[in-house]
Amino acid sequence: MKKHTKLLAALLALTLVFAFTACSKTETGTETGTGSETAVDPNFKVGVIHISDPAEGAGYTYAHDQGIVAMQEALGLSDEQVVRKINIDDTDVQATKIAIEECIDEGCSLIFGTSFNYMNTMEEMAAQYPDVIFSHGTGYKSNDSNMNNYFGRIYQARYLTGIAAGLKTQSGKIGYVAAMGIDNAEVTGGINAFAMGVASVNPDAKIYVEVTNSWFSPDLEKKAAEALLDKGCDVLAQHCDTTAPQVAAEERGVWGVGYNSDMTKDAPKAHLVAPVWNWGVYYTKATKAAMEGNWTNENYFGDMNDGLIDLSPLSENCAEGTQEAIEAAKAMILSGEYKVFEGKAIVDGELVDKDLKDNKGNVIVPAGGEVLDDATITGAINWYYESVVA
Amino acid sequence: MNGIINLLTAAIRAGIPLLFGTTGEIITEKSGNMNLGVEGMMWLGAFFGFYAGLHTDSLILALLCAFAAGLGGALIYAVLTVSLRANQTVAGLALTIFGTAFANFFGLRMIADNGGFLPKLSPRLTGILADKPIPLLGKIPYIGKLLFSHNILVYLGIGIAVLAFLYMNKTRAGLRMRAVGEAPATADAAGINVTLTKYIHILLGGGVCGLGGAYLSLAFFGGQWQNACVDGQGWIAVALVIFANWNPVKAILGTLLFGMFEVIRFRVDWLNIPPAFCDMLPYVITTLILVIASIRRSRERRQPQGCGNNYFREDR
Repeated sequence: MKKHTKLLAALLALTLVFAFTACSKTETGTETGTGSETAVDPNFKVGVIHISDPAEGAGYTYAHDQGIVAMQEALGLSDEQVVRKINIDDTDVQATKIAIEECIDEGCSLIFGTSFNYMNTMEEMAAQYPDVIFSHGTGYKSNDSNMNNYFGRIYQARYLTGIAAGLKTQSGKIGYVAAMGIDNAEVTGGINAFAMGVASVNPDAKIYVEVTNSWFSPDLEKKAAEALLDKGCDVLAQHCDTTAPQVAAEERGVWGVGYNSDMTKDAPKAHLVAPVWNWGVYYTKATKAAMEGNWTNENYFGDMNDGLIDLSPLSENCAEGTQEAIEAAKAMILSGEYKVFEGKAIVDGELVDKDLKDNKGNVIVPAGGEVLDDATITGAINWYYESVVA
Repeated sequence: MNGIINLLTAAIRAGIPLLFGTTGEIITEKSGNMNLGVEGMMWLGAFFGFYAGLHTDSLILALLCAFAAGLGGALIYAVLTVSLRANQTVAGLALTIFGTAFANFFGLRMIADNGGFLPKLSPRLTGILADKPIPLLGKIPYIGKLLFSHNILVYLGIGIAVLAFLYMNKTRAGLRMRAVGEAPATADAAGINVTLTKYIHILLGGGVCGLGGAYLSLAFFGGQWQNACVDGQGWIAVALVIFANWNPVKAILGTLLFGMFEVIRFRVDWLNIPPAFCDMLPYVITTLILVIASIRRSRERRQPQGCGNNYFREDR
């Protein structure tokens, strides 16, 4: 028996060794093209801290990594010049620190942190390593030398997707699977912009919100989506990372508005359109500036004009007239004529003065009033628009 | 009324993966082994079941592969604990870590092979697996929607739980298995092959857990592979074993209740229950059940006596 035990242990150990060698063969990352206009400093390295694995497809990290790949291609950086740290839990301060330190050890002079909770750790590390540039996405902190913040006006795109949803709904009930509750200004502002888009074409429609309290949970997102469908919603929008809500809508034969990437491929019979990010716009700009030595710590808040924010192509599931309605509103947003969170609204295709009210009857911006300032938009929208039921 | 029926229907669908895991673990524990690898075996079943479904387009093969994958995971555990007499808790935890990592790693490869998009089963297969009413029975008002409008894996789960109950309590082989779980030395003296009995039931239990994973990957998410699809359900299944007092039929009711905890926060808005409270409920209830069981000292409602300890004939 003893002999067998040893033999078996040796065998199992061997299996493990093989398993590990098998794993080490697989690598993510793409070959980059060589064509580039900028002279590339071969020693310049960029670090990226990802909360999950870009290989997961479709979601948040995938979108960020596509931006990194686009930056690599635009600037002609080799794969060795991009250091990716994947699956770094953003609530785990120690893991975040280690990932950043590894990037610095490997010679990165610019580090992008793509998730909200890296913020405080990055601020701390920025003070510790003044020669390294820290660029943090989706948060609000920066310092006066080597750390900035980047984000975008995704609410502009959400407003436009609201138009597609408002024109499509028949029941007048639209569901919204939200990752975070009313206290999170990013999510809540997005819901409001979407609801305003819906209201611009369908003033009677109501938006029903269910909160999962998780950015990535296929399980909770599916359950929230089904609860909304059972309430009679026939379009499901989402601010969460998986395709589960779209697939749930398709299973019931109704429609959906995705997020982060074009989810038409995931739910071809249901998906209408999705607000999407082209993070490459910022990553290319920031990396180029850092390589040329003229990076500044100015915060970046990109919009549809920059191309950072966009819409996925409208699918054939969209109602008639969607294209025209979206184009008209988009033109007003691009020209700066309409800024969403202000005392105006698009009614029957015309921009008119109107109170911006929350769902408790409070007037947030009186008719004709000025647009909310950026600090409020990113950090203090803690009310739901009047057509939102939560 | 419709709201209540919808809530209960959703609770059943949310509870079924737990039911597979719980039934599998009850079979395992009744034969004297506590396998904490339920989560890992569910992951293995989820991945292999989905992979087989994707490439063969056959429900039978997908389910067989899921069963075999759970069984394969359980085999690692059985070799370690029954033959090599490794610590059951540690071996089970290792299996959970292994299964989770294995399925997620190859799940990502599968997405990469699909051009970076989440792979989806064929419309034919998702059609078979869709929730649909049974002819005639499904037309009964309320009851039809509640009981006879699910996907076929829901009925499979309930069927397996009932079969497991009958097997344990009404057959000779089931009696032998319980004897091994309660007092392996006595069973051994009575001429029962303890090692074989343990192996058979650990493997069977693992296979059933694997089917639970397949329910998630094949049916629950509409036939699309989702990273993190099992997401801790295996652990709740372990808690449910205690809640159900090692009785698969009680487990059916238990899963309904636990399934309810998972969906109620999205459905009973006026209650305004904090989500964290809902997440906590299964564990709080399980703790309460443990306390009640230990106060009552009921012989039938406790863990099999031999569970958790490895049996070694020479130690007698």
